Amino acid sequence: MINILSSILILAGVFFYLAGSIGLLRLPDLYSRLHALTKADNLGLGLLMAGLALHSQDLFTMLKLLLIWLAVLAASATSAHLIARQARRQETGS
Amino acid sequence: MTELLLLSALGLMLSLFLGLLRVLHGPGAGDRMLAIQLIGTAGVGMLLLLSVLLNQPALLDAALLLALLAAVTAAAFTGQQKTHHD
Repeated sequence: MINILSSILILAGVFFYLAGSIGLLRLPDLYSRLHALTKADNLGLGLLMAGLALHSQDLFTMLKLLLIWLAVLAASATSAHLIARQARRQETGS
Repeated sequence: MTELLLLSALGLMLSLFLGLLRVLHGPGAGDRMLAIQLIGTAGVGMLLLLSVLLNQPALLDAALLLALLAAVTAAAFTGQQKTHHD
């Protein structure tokens, strides 16, 4: 039962990863690419981690996975903000 | 379960490949930086999958390090651009 649930979570995570990459490749400009990539990727990673945490069934590993996810969320939010601001600055020429 | 994990790792590999295509085409530096962002998150996901697949818990620490360094790359990128344009 747990195996099935964790398989579904992992596959959903990979699906979101692929959706984010396709968005990165197909969308027309930087801001929409940013929108597609950062959200889909972090959701994909979260789902993947939920699946792996269920699979591991070990409290220490689960907490470590949670820590990694929080680090990725913080890093990705910061860098998305920085990249968007940089692009905006270059556009307005200030 | 092993096959599923391997398949997922392959899916992430495909995602990385699509990101590299964006690095190749990307008109601006910001677009390329976004692809680096993707490589960071997909790399973390692949390290996690591999740590379960190969039964190597130490790879979790490597994933944590990669996650922390992803923020540094973006900060360095913007800092470098700023000094470049001033």
